[in-house]
Amino acid sequence: MTKTEENKQGILNINLRTKTLIITGIALLILISVFVSNYFIDHTAVLTSNFYNVNQPPSFEHWFGTDWMGRDMFMRTLLGLGISIGVGAFASIISTIVAILLGVFSSVNTVVDEIVTAVIDLFGSIPHILLIILVSLAFGGGYYGVVMAVGLTHWTPLARILRAEIKKINTSEYIKLSNEFGKSKMWIARKHIFPLIISQIIVGVILMFPHAIMHEASISFLGFGLPAHEPAIGIILSESMKYLSMGYWWLAFYPGLSLLFLVLLFDLIGENVHKLLDPQSAQE
Amino acid sequence: MYLNANNISFSYRKNKPILKNISISIPDNKVIGLMGDSGSGKSTLCKVISGYLNNYTGTITIDNELIDKTGYCPAQLIFQHPEKTMNPKWKMHKVLSESWNPPQELKDTFGLKEGWMNRWPSELSGGELQRFSILRALNPNTKFIIADEISTMLDTVTQVQIWDSLIDYCKKNKIGILAVSHDKELLEVIADNIVLFNDINKL
Ligand SMILES: Nc1ncnc2c1ncn2[C@@H]1O[C@H](COP(=O)(O)OP(=O)(O)O)[C@@H](O)[C@H]1O
Ligand SMILES: [Mg+2]
Repeated sequence: MTKTEENKQGILNINLRTKTLIITGIALLILISVFVSNYFIDHTAVLTSNFYNVNQPPSFEHWFGTDWMGRDMFMRTLLGLGISIGVGAFASIISTIVAILLGVFSSVNTVVDEIVTAVIDLFGSIPHILLIILVSLAFGGGYYGVVMAVGLTHWTPLARILRAEIKKINTSEYIKLSNEFGKSKMWIARKHIFPLIISQIIVGVILMFPHAIMHEASISFLGFGLPAHEPAIGIILSESMKYLSMGYWWLAFYPGLSLLFLVLLFDLIGENVHKLLDPQSAQE
Repeated sequence: MYLNANNISFSYRKNKPILKNISISIPDNKVIGLMGDSGSGKSTLCKVISGYLNNYTGTITIDNELIDKTGYCPAQLIFQHPEKTMNPKWKMHKVLSESWNPPQELKDTFGLKEGWMNRWPSELSGGELQRFSILRALNPNTKFIIADEISTMLDTVTQVQIWDSLIDYCKKNKIGILAVSHDKELLEVIADNIVLFNDINKL
């Protein structure tokens, strides 16, 4: 490779990295401001009815319009997105813990590995929504039930990835060599295996968010999720169904679109973080 | 001091033996050359001797004592393909120090450049990586080096250089060498005795 070619490639690389960083940064900023805004919004004021203002279409004063009780839909949507992020975060943490435990567990020996694989396949094959509703009911429903249900059903893809990755690392020559040097299992796990799977774990967590959020919204919409007094997006959507026939389209349109936007943001962040942490495999 | 492999038999799959009743002895002051066709099982024997494969029959002893399977293995294997023996996400200084921190003059003897230390394994050539894996294996606890086609990918000049440094170090430190190759000319230059693999493998 000539000098100029090398330079050109260097500049391109830096640009790509910077671009990825900027996109990720902006997406993160939006998410954080949505989440943090929840702590500055006066919940009771937003959720109190104001009968002078009912069913206003979107305007500069009420960006997303108002509902049948005169509540500002933009504020309600913001609160709903905050709840979604909260549920997503808790559920992702639970899922990740389960995935890591199973991934590590599978490396004990072949029998355990087969059991783990069978468990992963079993959970992966049951329809999500059904399982979520059942688990949620088993945990007594409500916020807690939803978080547990979504968390306990979303670990299969990450568990599968971690199991495969740990297996690949464990059978590599450099791990065997580490054994030859007399390093302990714990040392090998800490110094070799963990640093190699941490990027997968981080990306896995982020990419679990959108799933968790969508599933929370869908079971809340179906009435099996968060209780009706919570300003969750799923609740907003199911309530506004009754008013759609009257032409109040903005009640469902903007909250739904915002939820979609939130999900896409998480996908975007996940992909970009993947590129940043693991530039080589992201190109493959 | 002697490393003795006695009556070693091994098969990857049932009814397909690769090694049968192999016995070989390596003194700590000699280079034993082991020659054989590719696919005959030389690498398999190397892995058995240095503790990479476990389901063999027979014994491997150093001065009549079985090798301890837990701690540092006194018979260190150097592979034909060094890149596989290095964590791709570790820089070279870390790769080297996983075994030990060799003194600077030894690094110079094996031609390790200071600038290589901060590179990833993927940023060095096979020959450069092999210098690392040889030096890495020369930890003071090493009593025997099992060198499995370690210079196959190198040009002749480098081959001579590396073997000179390795044999020189091993003679001074009483480390025995099993040098495996299919290259007759190379073994005639470096080995004190040459053993034909087909003669010791009683298939
Ligand atoms: N991990 C393995 N599983 C099954 N068969 C293997 C494995 N490794 C090597 N073999 C087979 O064992 C035979 C001997 O291989 P090897 O010891 O690498 O020979 P050499 O080093 O003399 O070229 C070959 O036929 C090879 O296909
Ligand atoms: Mg071989």
